[in-house]
Amino acid sequence: MREQRASLPGSIIAWVVAFLMFFPILWMLITSFKTEAQAIANPPLIIFRPVLESFAAALSQSGYILFAENSIIISLVSTALAIAIAFPAAYSMAFQPGKRTQDMLVWMLSTKMLPPVGVLVPIYIICRDTGLLDTRTALVIVDMLMNLPIVVWMLFSFFRDIPKDILEAAHMDGAGPRRQMIYLLLPLASPGIASAALLAIILSWNEAFWSINLTASHAGTLAAYIARYSAPEGLFWAKLSAASVLAVAPILIFGSLAQRRLVRGLTAGAVK
Amino acid sequence: MSATATTITRAGGAADSLSHVRRRVAWLLLSPAVAVLALWAFVPLIMTLVYSFQRYNLLYPERRGFVGFRSYAYLLSESSFWTAIVNTIILVVSVLVATIVLGVLFALLLNQNFKGRAVARLMVIAPFFVLPPVAALIWKNLLFDPLYGLIGWLLKLVGLPAVAWFTHFPMIALIVIVAWEWAPFATLILLTALQSLDPEQLEAARMDGAKSVNRVIYIVLPHLARPIAITIMMESIFLLSIFAEILTTTAGGPGEATTTLTYLIYIRALLDFDIGSASAAGVLAIILANIVAFFLMRAVARNLES
Repeated sequence: MREQRASLPGSIIAWVVAFLMFFPILWMLITSFKTEAQAIANPPLIIFRPVLESFAAALSQSGYILFAENSIIISLVSTALAIAIAFPAAYSMAFQPGKRTQDMLVWMLSTKMLPPVGVLVPIYIICRDTGLLDTRTALVIVDMLMNLPIVVWMLFSFFRDIPKDILEAAHMDGAGPRRQMIYLLLPLASPGIASAALLAIILSWNEAFWSINLTASHAGTLAAYIARYSAPEGLFWAKLSAASVLAVAPILIFGSLAQRRLVRGLTAGAVK
Repeated sequence: MSATATTITRAGGAADSLSHVRRRVAWLLLSPAVAVLALWAFVPLIMTLVYSFQRYNLLYPERRGFVGFRSYAYLLSESSFWTAIVNTIILVVSVLVATIVLGVLFALLLNQNFKGRAVARLMVIAPFFVLPPVAALIWKNLLFDPLYGLIGWLLKLVGLPAVAWFTHFPMIALIVIVAWEWAPFATLILLTALQSLDPEQLEAARMDGAKSVNRVIYIVLPHLARPIAITIMMESIFLLSIFAEILTTTAGGPGEATTTLTYLIYIRALLDFDIGSASAAGVLAIILANIVAFFLMRAVARNLES
């Protein structure tokens, strides 16, 4: 049966909503191509000659490059670590389930219920005493731990859908757990792994609480960069918008491309 | 599977040790994840508990000592604490209501078959990918600013005075920002759920002459009950910890108008360096989160049964 076409008012309302939701981002993008004077012009300028000077200023003055580098390294490394630890755990729970597997999974997820602010003090003090304050290592570890339960859960949901017979057959042929994981599961579950990795990268990129509280000028991510940049440069809207566009663009593009996969991952097992 | 396992076990010691090896391998594979999560879940928790019973200020570390429940007693007697609790509840509940209502509406609209719907979907979902401090600053400066902001200009066009949102309605402004960030999340999940709704069922209802409003109330909403419960649970976890949006817009003010529990703990810990008080508030935040989690889990479980 073909899906019925939407009515004209229905599609117009949908487009209006889409435009309104997207508008703040669009307006930031437009402002980033203005001069400072144009950015605060009243009435607001819609038509103007776009300039790149705000981008040049944001790039040259504020150490954007360092913070972008931190964001990339921290999100990629923490995600890789989370997958490396979650993969064997999810394999074990999906294919060798014991009596306590269900409880174990629920317990892992329940660690997400712990509000970060509840453990801000000890984490801050541990980092201070071990010299990890304002280092990438600290954020890699914290982000990895924050995302690990979600990654385990997602991988487990994907593994559960893989027919057990395949692994049984491999086992009969004498393949041990390591070979099963590398030669069978890795290729079979790669879409699942990609979804989990994607979500972990996005969450880690947009993580602001720990980044702002555990870093100063060396290891801050783009979230901390914008939060700090806003204080002295808050009045320079064009420059701030350019810096914001630079901070948001990578993950916005990445997230849009991966949107479908993301939904499948987020809702694995939950919404069907 | 378990039946075969029993037969094999009965068959002899060799197979028995084989299944024993399998169990040990299973544990070995699981142990790194369990170990790091156990460390992460318990060590800081115990430290928070211990600090909460101490007088401990990082500026005067020599005056550190056990004070029992004094930090708790003091905290519970402070009006700042209760203001923070109320603010937290207002923020979380308002954003939940707004995002669920908008999420259902957006999901229904985007589930229609219209030209360019893939692009429209992306435009609705995009705010979810925006860094929290960036989202906050777009709204604070470009849109809400009473002098140069777009909303002020629009109000003037229709003859209304400009509003200093963050001075007069700081909580409403904050709720708008956070709801804008999280409505896409609800939309994304509810849209996925809608797509699994059997179109034939809707078609049948339409044939029977059910109005579209009734189709939504009697078929679509019940179908969405479970995904809505899941969305509420996942969002609450994140909303209780909203931080960057407050830091970059109001810094908890004016006065204490937007100081949530999370922000209060941040002020106590990293601005006042009062570790004892911050930890006591941290323990209370954990208890609060657990109460919320408990009720939500129960609601979800009830939902799963029916």
